[in-house]
Amino acid sequence: MKDKIRIGCGAGFSGDRLDPAIILAEKGKLDYLVLECLAERTIALAQKRKIKDQTKGYDPLLERRIESLLPILVKNKVTLITNMGAANPMEGARKVVAIARKSNLKIKIAAVAGDDVFDKLDTSALAIETNESLKNSGEFISANAYLGVEGILRGLQAGANIVITGRVADPSLFLAPMIFEFAWPTTDYGLMGKGTVIGHLLECAGHITGGYFADPVKKPVEGLHQLGHPFADIGKDGSAVISKVEGTGGVVNLQTVKEQLLYEVINPFEYFTPDVIADFTSVKLKEIGKDQVEVTGGHGKAKPATYKISIGYKAFWLGEGEISYAGQFAFERAKLAGEIIAKRFSEGLVISDHPITDIRVDYIGVSSVHRTDFKTTSSSPYEVRLRVAGKAKTLDDAALIGEEVEALYTNGPAGGGGVRKLVNEVIGIVSTLIDRNKIETQVTIIES
Amino acid sequence: MKLYEIAHSRAGDKGNTLTLALIPYDESDYPMLCQKVTVDKVKNHLNKIVSGNIVRYELPNIASLLFVCQNALLGGVTTSLAMDTHGKTLSYALLEMEL
Repeated sequence: MKDKIRIGCGAGFSGDRLDPAIILAEKGKLDYLVLECLAERTIALAQKRKIKDQTKGYDPLLERRIESLLPILVKNKVTLITNMGAANPMEGARKVVAIARKSNLKIKIAAVAGDDVFDKLDTSALAIETNESLKNSGEFISANAYLGVEGILRGLQAGANIVITGRVADPSLFLAPMIFEFAWPTTDYGLMGKGTVIGHLLECAGHITGGYFADPVKKPVEGLHQLGHPFADIGKDGSAVISKVEGTGGVVNLQTVKEQLLYEVINPFEYFTPDVIADFTSVKLKEIGKDQVEVTGGHGKAKPATYKISIGYKAFWLGEGEISYAGQFAFERAKLAGEIIAKRFSEGLVISDHPITDIRVDYIGVSSVHRTDFKTTSSSPYEVRLRVAGKAKTLDDAALIGEEVEALYTNGPAGGGGVRKLVNEVIGIVSTLIDRNKIETQVTIIES
Repeated sequence: MKLYEIAHSRAGDKGNTLTLALIPYDESDYPMLCQKVTVDKVKNHLNKIVSGNIVRYELPNIASLLFVCQNALLGGVTTSLAMDTHGKTLSYALLEMEL
């Protein structure tokens, strides 16, 4: 049994950069590397790919990430834990085995499944967000429970070098190796709380190393083009030091750690995961060296009796159109253009299969992002981009929104240019709860 | 003086709920922020953005405040028509507030 382990986080979302994980695996002296690649909606999109092709549905970057990492992980004896299995952990694991065989690498992989509860879903249950029956949300694509540490633990106990999961609570990816290495009882909720704090701090990768933190005026950070991703040296008592590989860009200090500690926290006294209800308010932070922050404290109480389920559903088709105006009174002309389009939809002049009533008009460069400019614009901007977005029932109807913007070319006002049109199907997410005893975590071991 | 001068912020999202951390650069400014950046003031400042309740958590251990704002993301990350569906840029909306 070890007294100390080092866990790195090489990706904080599905589309994250590839090189920071390679640097962590190569130079980080890691015991474990975690790649967190599954945002709320990512799994619903993966499910759509799986429906089209049963051999797909794992993370689209899996092959690229694994091909570059695998030889280094094997050479340096680093165990990989990742949720890149997305909607299809078993196929993801087979893909990893194929890559390993091609390079003559001997590895053992654990695929953790059981999070897919599409067939078990009680559609009369209430959605947490709306308090209405799930049925009212429209056609479902996916339903996945947030699993805890259990499946990953079983994989590690079986001696896996790589554990690939579907939906697992993000901090659980980090907590599982701590429980495994330190033989923590999963009913010691104080330790579960501390480990969850550390997992939460690491899970967004570049957040805590000064990436998404940086501001060139008030929070300048060096070397953002080669931002290092974080690792933590974790002690048996649940304390940790957050740091990064020497020579990489970025910074780890009190400010970056505080920002990440509170990120997406709805109640710092009760942070719910499948493993524990963690208390973040008792966490203490201390800078102990360059790019080194010590994390102590943190606590927890008994885990909830239910798992959270995240359900993806077909929400609507999004149509968008954009056009630019520049020069004298650019904003006035953009406003006129926006009013024209809003009026054409509200007065039913646009010929569509179904009425399009939900239209949003933005003036990019003025008020598009915060819906207000807090009265800070003193003069008219030199250029403004008009954006019109709307919800439609069908792809054809959604296309009308961009077409209306394009039609401003000849129908005016004067001087509009650079039209872009976009149509996308939007997947919505609602959540509900499910009893723990209805979920069965499955772990499959395969070797290369 | 704007909040931007003395504090930094990180926005987060869960469904239609926006979280805004407010962290003074100098920890000795924390009591002053507790006193001046009240729920009412934030509600007033963000009235075009947040239409629901705001709860403020005080975290003296790390000298930081956390504002949890309901009904702030136009229906939520997945179904909003906004460009910044997550409301990730809203940290800088809070920092626009005059002290």
